[in-house]
Amino acid sequence: MPEPFDAFRIGFAMNTDSLLSMTGIDKRFAGIPALSGASFAVGRGEVHALIGQNGAGKSTLIKVLTGYYKRDAGEVVFDGKPFEVSSPQQAQASGISTIYQEINLVPYRSITENICLGREARRYGLLDWKRMHQEAEALLRRFNVRADVRRPLLEFNTATQQMVAIARAIGFSAKLVIMDEPTSSLDEREVAVLFNVIRQLKQEGVSVVFVSHKLDELYEVCDRVTIMRDGRTVKTAAMNEIDKIGLVSAMLGRAIERAEGHATAFSDRDEKKIGKVLLSAENLAINQIVQDVSFSVRSGEIAGFAGLLGAGRTETARLVFGIDRPRAGTMTFNGHNFNPHKPSDAIAAGMGFCTEDRKSEGIVPDMSVAENMMLALMPKLSKSGVIDEKAQRDIVERFIRQLGIKCSGPDQKVRELSGGNQQKVLLGRWLAMNPRLLILDEPTRGIDIGAKGEIQALIKTLADQGLAVLMISSELEEVIEGADRVFVLREGISVAEFDRDDATEDAVMSAMAHGSAPTIAEAAA
Amino acid sequence: MTRQRLISMLGSYGVVLALLLLVLFGWARYDYFLGFFNITSVLRYNSMFALVALGMCFVIMTGGIDLSVGSTAALGSVVAALASPQGALVGLGAGVGAGLCVGLINAILVTRLKIMPFVATLAMMLAASGTALLLADNQSVSVSYESGFTSIGQDNFLGFPIPAWIAIVAYVVGWIVLNFTSTGRGVLAVGGNEDATRLMGLPADRIKFLVYFASGGLAGLAGVILASQFGAGQPIEGVGWELFAIAAVVVGGTLLTGGVGSVGATLAGVLLLGILFNVLNFENGKGWISLSAYWQSVIRGLFLLVVVILQAKLSSRGSVAVRDY
Repeated sequence: MPEPFDAFRIGFAMNTDSLLSMTGIDKRFAGIPALSGASFAVGRGEVHALIGQNGAGKSTLIKVLTGYYKRDAGEVVFDGKPFEVSSPQQAQASGISTIYQEINLVPYRSITENICLGREARRYGLLDWKRMHQEAEALLRRFNVRADVRRPLLEFNTATQQMVAIARAIGFSAKLVIMDEPTSSLDEREVAVLFNVIRQLKQEGVSVVFVSHKLDELYEVCDRVTIMRDGRTVKTAAMNEIDKIGLVSAMLGRAIERAEGHATAFSDRDEKKIGKVLLSAENLAINQIVQDVSFSVRSGEIAGFAGLLGAGRTETARLVFGIDRPRAGTMTFNGHNFNPHKPSDAIAAGMGFCTEDRKSEGIVPDMSVAENMMLALMPKLSKSGVIDEKAQRDIVERFIRQLGIKCSGPDQKVRELSGGNQQKVLLGRWLAMNPRLLILDEPTRGIDIGAKGEIQALIKTLADQGLAVLMISSELEEVIEGADRVFVLREGISVAEFDRDDATEDAVMSAMAHGSAPTIAEAAA
Repeated sequence: MTRQRLISMLGSYGVVLALLLLVLFGWARYDYFLGFFNITSVLRYNSMFALVALGMCFVIMTGGIDLSVGSTAALGSVVAALASPQGALVGLGAGVGAGLCVGLINAILVTRLKIMPFVATLAMMLAASGTALLLADNQSVSVSYESGFTSIGQDNFLGFPIPAWIAIVAYVVGWIVLNFTSTGRGVLAVGGNEDATRLMGLPADRIKFLVYFASGGLAGLAGVILASQFGAGQPIEGVGWELFAIAAVVVGGTLLTGGVGSVGATLAGVLLLGILFNVLNFENGKGWISLSAYWQSVIRGLFLLVVVILQAKLSSRGSVAVRDY
């Protein structure tokens, strides 16, 4: 007698349309969960979108699937069989090809090698270059790319390199091709070519997992969508059953109806304290990531950048700070033309930049709190090369007090502090420079709830004292409640600007999703 | 793009051009420069360096370094000399085997224990040198002349020194491996972008393992030739060989960061440095100037510096193209 449970199993097995099913996937890094109980299923010949905010777990999920990471728990069934791989090589051999987010190719080697490495054509046991060159050319022809496949990859532009990556993945006659943000470096024409290839693959019965932050693209080419948040799968739906607002709110985890109450420590600010325009930027552009961004920040104002991942927020901040140089556009700072060539220009003008990635770009973990705080100030504090210890100690102790940094003293190593206190040390580093504008990229990411409130309150206090703040945050409530003005970026274009009173969740999310700013009336309706 | 090509052409053929110019200079200036005796003695002597440089070339192409090759050659020469009474082939096998042992340990340290190549091979450089001194009891070990072991280093085959034949065969094999096997292409891929290579599904660790193993074996072979040529195992020889090998590889246009390299250009690099030495000796012989060995080192050092600076200039041009978007 079959038990009820067996019936379920039989029903599952009969679903022959399923190519891949991942269930209950857990993955932890140093005890911190990156995936908890995530699930994902792809049908045969289906183009399936996988979306989520930064840190939602998409990339981890993909790397678990391709054997780059080993999962801690969960089940994977691929092509009707349990799937256990321990390396990308094995995954490839079983029919899963991946195009990773950063183009993962070898720049010094030829296009042919980049396409054929790992499955080389041979004759008499040696490589058959002639056949490999022909194969590479034939694969690229599918994308309308004509290039000398014998030349090293680094001689070609990013779009061609991306096409080479895709050609490589497809060349493995895969059953499943995973594309992690394949369009981020392509122009419209190239994207159209890529979509044709995806449709072609679909007709051949190949499944495609498509990771992208450009919502329009999903509707153009995908059949279904799976949305992840905080390491979990929150929703799977057919593309024609979910609208863009639905996608955005599922990604951000906000019910559209929800509104009242403060989720952050930004209490209402006194707007009288806002002064004159300090920084203004017009039509900044550098590449596809930043196409046309205009915004301004006034003294004593918190200006917020909202937008999905890949909207160009961090990239815009890098332009302002002189890390990258814009291709077009103008900036003024304090009423003068501002054209920074390098970060020290921006620092000299009175700017500070707390980057998104504290660990790799900010703190020096083995140095003390005092040393970390003084790094940027060192040149100013030293008299003919010798550091003025007394002045240094005074400043450090003042900031430890003012910012409420919990540490045993100025000599404690920064690595021993919590995330929130590390962030405060970084804030202290820039504040010690006495800046007029502070750029904060994801100031509360990876910081526990309590410390988050402290940092937010601190930002508010600093603005009240006249500091101009440009705050980038992926947390909607942080931008909406914290910023005096919200600029919404979408696919490299600043599409909307809201004053504090107009910046409702509906309005901001709708601008993030659709691009066109809804009229105030629409938002109010 | 044409400018780019010209630069990359210069990068790959510059060393050959320099070599030709140097030979022409020597031919025009010195009477016996292209004489049979000079040619064979230059080749006989430099074939040892050529073998060590070949192994180094593969290691550097993966982005690593092998500092132990000089000591390994010394160890190989001692072991070969000790084993030579058992027969020429036994001596050969023992010397190469000793080198492979050092290579194996290097390979395990780098790929399994993930120790930085610089540190791992530096430690093995000291260890191999100490082992060689212990085995040799701190003096040179005379080889057996009855077993025919000395003919490996001293005799000719078809009118050409046997060490030179060995080097030629090694370079042909190396060239085929690099250009016509997947392992060879993998060597360049690992050096160019190790992460990408792993994500592409290539066995990055196995490739790195093989290059250190092979480098040890080639250094051991160089040690066999050393012992055979000079009639004794030399525990204190080999000092600075690793630096000569690195210099030859770099002069040959192989990037120290890995990912770009050529077997042929490495051979040209060895010959260039070897012949430069030869030319300086001839110049001393003419009596116009008298350069001591120290001055020769200074000149070689300056020469190397010029090449590396040129290379840095050329490759920074190349990297513009990488970021061209």
